[in-house]
Amino acid sequence: MIQDSSMARHMLWRLLGLIPTLLMLITVAFFLMRVAPGGPFDSEMLLPAEIEANLNAKYHLDESLLQQYFRYISQVAVLDFGPSIQYKDWTVNELIGQGMRVSLTIGLAAMVLAFVVGTLLGIIAALRQNTRADYLLMGVAMLGISIPNFVIAPILILLLAVYAGWLPAGGWDWSIASMVLPVVTLSLPVTAYIARLTRGSMIEVMHSNFIRSARAKGLPERVVIRRHALRPALLPVISFLGPATAGMISGSVIIERIFSIPGLGSYFVQGALNRDYTLVMGVVIFYGVLIILLNFLVDMVYAWFNPKVRYDETS
Amino acid sequence: MQNRSIKNGIYDSVIFLRQFVLPASLILLLGACGDDYREKLANRGSHARPVELILNEVGRPIPSILERQQELHRDNGQEPQTLDPHLAEGLPAAHILRDLFEGLTAESPDGRIVPGAAFRWNISRDGKTYTFYLRRDAYWSNGDPVTAEDFVYGLRRSADPATASKYAQVLLPIENAAEVLAGDLPPSELGVTAMDEFTLQISMRDPTPYFLALLSHSSTYPVHRASVQEHGSAFSRPGNLVSNGAYVLSEWVIRSRIELVKNKNYWDAEHVILEKVNYYPFEDQSTALKRFRAGKLHWTSEVPNNQFKWLQEHYPDELVISPWLGSYYFGFNLEREPFIENLGLRKALMLALDRDLLTEKVTQFGELPSFTLVPPGIRDYISPVPEWAEWTQAEREKEARRLYAMAGYSEENPLEFEIRYSAGEYNKKMALAAASLWKQVLGVQATLLNEESKVFLQNKQQKIVTQVFQAGWISDYADPYSFLNLFRTGHGRNDYGYSNSLYDALLDEVAAERIPSIRRRLMFETERLLLSDVPFIPLYTYVTKRMVNPRLKGWQSNVMDHHYSKHMFFLKAASDEAPATTAETRVVETEEQNSRIPGSAQEMTVPGEGDDVILAEDDAETAEAGQAQGLDLPPDEKETDVSNENMLPEAVTDDGTTPEDLLE
Repeated sequence: MIQDSSMARHMLWRLLGLIPTLLMLITVAFFLMRVAPGGPFDSEMLLPAEIEANLNAKYHLDESLLQQYFRYISQVAVLDFGPSIQYKDWTVNELIGQGMRVSLTIGLAAMVLAFVVGTLLGIIAALRQNTRADYLLMGVAMLGISIPNFVIAPILILLLAVYAGWLPAGGWDWSIASMVLPVVTLSLPVTAYIARLTRGSMIEVMHSNFIRSARAKGLPERVVIRRHALRPALLPVISFLGPATAGMISGSVIIERIFSIPGLGSYFVQGALNRDYTLVMGVVIFYGVLIILLNFLVDMVYAWFNPKVRYDETS
Repeated sequence: MQNRSIKNGIYDSVIFLRQFVLPASLILLLGACGDDYREKLANRGSHARPVELILNEVGRPIPSILERQQELHRDNGQEPQTLDPHLAEGLPAAHILRDLFEGLTAESPDGRIVPGAAFRWNISRDGKTYTFYLRRDAYWSNGDPVTAEDFVYGLRRSADPATASKYAQVLLPIENAAEVLAGDLPPSELGVTAMDEFTLQISMRDPTPYFLALLSHSSTYPVHRASVQEHGSAFSRPGNLVSNGAYVLSEWVIRSRIELVKNKNYWDAEHVILEKVNYYPFEDQSTALKRFRAGKLHWTSEVPNNQFKWLQEHYPDELVISPWLGSYYFGFNLEREPFIENLGLRKALMLALDRDLLTEKVTQFGELPSFTLVPPGIRDYISPVPEWAEWTQAEREKEARRLYAMAGYSEENPLEFEIRYSAGEYNKKMALAAASLWKQVLGVQATLLNEESKVFLQNKQQKIVTQVFQAGWISDYADPYSFLNLFRTGHGRNDYGYSNSLYDALLDEVAAERIPSIRRRLMFETERLLLSDVPFIPLYTYVTKRMVNPRLKGWQSNVMDHHYSKHMFFLKAASDEAPATTAETRVVETEEQNSRIPGSAQEMTVPGEGDDVILAEDDAETAEAGQAQGLDLPPDEKETDVSNENMLPEAVTDDGTTPEDLLE
């Protein structure tokens, strides 16, 4: 009971900690964005002064930087990220809302795939340590880690979409067919990484004392693995999941581009290149919240998984 | 004045990517089943040869040769920033808006200005009053008539500072436009009046010979007042958007697809053949190409760099290359050493570059070597060709070395400077090639500096750190003034620091001149003066390059690269007529294909302006009509009447610039 309440208190503190972290993130991002040379309306086509003035007035860019900052903070406080400077027909909220659905779908699907396949392969390799199957699996995994997905993606498109014609060669219409290639491509390196991670920790766990005791008790190997080895062996994988999921959701820029997927990643990149201040800020805040929450979640799962880590003393 | 940037930046983020992706895919292509694949496609019918094109008396295809399903899948390169015509900027939005809306004027498939929502117009003798007579049978997509009031409302909205339109500068030639934009006068003071329900009068500040061309630009489109007032900034969304063009917006999934369907209320709907047009924002050109190859796209916005040879070999009928109204060049910063007051040195650098080599080896897509500022392709204008353009490259290099030595440089004391360019694969390759040519010919030590596009723009404009920099210009309207004005003293885009009072005076004369032949001569002299001062190094003329399904017809290559979906249609596949193609016949077919030039689609004889058009009967008449509908208005006529009665098409539009010419 005591443990539970301290756990809850810890969670509360962590959630409260989100606010200053985000505030700092917003402040740094806001001013960094403004330090970058050029503005949203600069282009090869030069604007007459009066038109530029009209544009600046419309987006409040004619105010002092501090004024703009406080205006922005007060907007964000009520979760209004303002209009996008680049995509004029849409607000940043709408853009992020749409992009988020796509990015989360792909990212989470790829993560589940990577987790299931990766741990499975890792366990198989660990149990057949130093056999041909192990070498083969780990060799493939090494390849998966080292070949970047912008090489794998076009190869998969060529084989499965252009030659075979089974899947669409890019584009997004929420059909399963349009998700297969991007999800698989995105999950491949993570799958490989998880497989190697699982194998390593599984081998270590299988050599530990408590496994030896379990075996000595005469438990069948299947039970030893399932009940005793699996949980500790997955610990490093769990702590890897948080950053990996965040990375998959936020870092799929290249995949989005190759498969022409309307996710968040290119808002981030294009927004920064176009100096679309509001859009970039919106995406930064979204990613910030996402990463903080995911890490938080992983810590919780980790504590639940590993009795050695409890949060009595903290807070 | 109203020009758009050359969006090299689009490719920034994928430069590194291409270097890996292309080799990888090429290996696969070479190794794997290239020919099998083509066979498969031929069987699938997606890239099958079309039946022969037969036109009826109004220049539209006869129904029996048309494909049953008339749905176009068109790659648009990028997501449009907006579909509000008055806020729109950039090519993607412009392409879609041309389908959705219709300005007072429109363009024919080959890029000539033709009547749009106005079926005829008068221009007063001093060129300062335009009177437009609107079609009485033109309706908005909701059934309301398109009236002069709609245009007045649209133009005022476009100029209103509250709208904050970036392209409102298109309106600047109109009386009081500058004052309205600056907020000094209310929008109601703009020189635009509805004389009656279907007559519109526009008063001009200056006679602007290219004004009719500007009127096909989206900033001048009318908007449906009731729906703008009802929906505010959301009026451009599907369901809300009421438009007066050949198509209506039916669906918009942001960054996935924009779907247009035929506007049943369009005045010329009976001649619009494509029922549905889908625009896709494929930012990555290899993705678009793969989708094209899979038969899911009919039209791409570009093709991946470096794949010219392969595409030419495997898709000779699909690859379409044609000159574009844009010049690529290097600029000198004339306010900084070593180029300040050093004409000889600048000339030496200009002469030392082998343009044939650069276009053949670096740009590779049939770009035209250029010796002038204004690109070819503008009707009735031919640039002054400098003397050295006629020399052999060896002669140019000899002269370059002489001038270089005269400027005081030698092997022991080489010239050193920086070439600055905006990040992008093309720009980088060009700068690298130029630097090595300069080194080879003159011994110049040039260093390369790659900058993010907005940083580059700023540096270029400030003229403090630049020496030699990459530059280019693609014009929105076919008039040399658009290019020449860039070098005016104090012009915002005069990144060269070029200042010549004689040049400025000539430009003023061009701006005020109304007689076409004199204006042409003035522009010729202006450009000649500019070229002799060498504030820039001309390199090449841009081309557009894309893949087009061979069954898609009705469009033609034009220097503006404007292509209205309403002109296009799909022909039946030839195999439908004669099924069971055997292996032998296919081989014959392939040989025939290879002998054809790429992009033969542009040789078609499609007049394409619906029922306003009667096929030309003799050459004299055609020539006369061609002049009447152009921008050149004979000065001695009191009122020039450009009505659609004398709107005759040119029988065969062969301007002599086939891609083959460009490639050789």
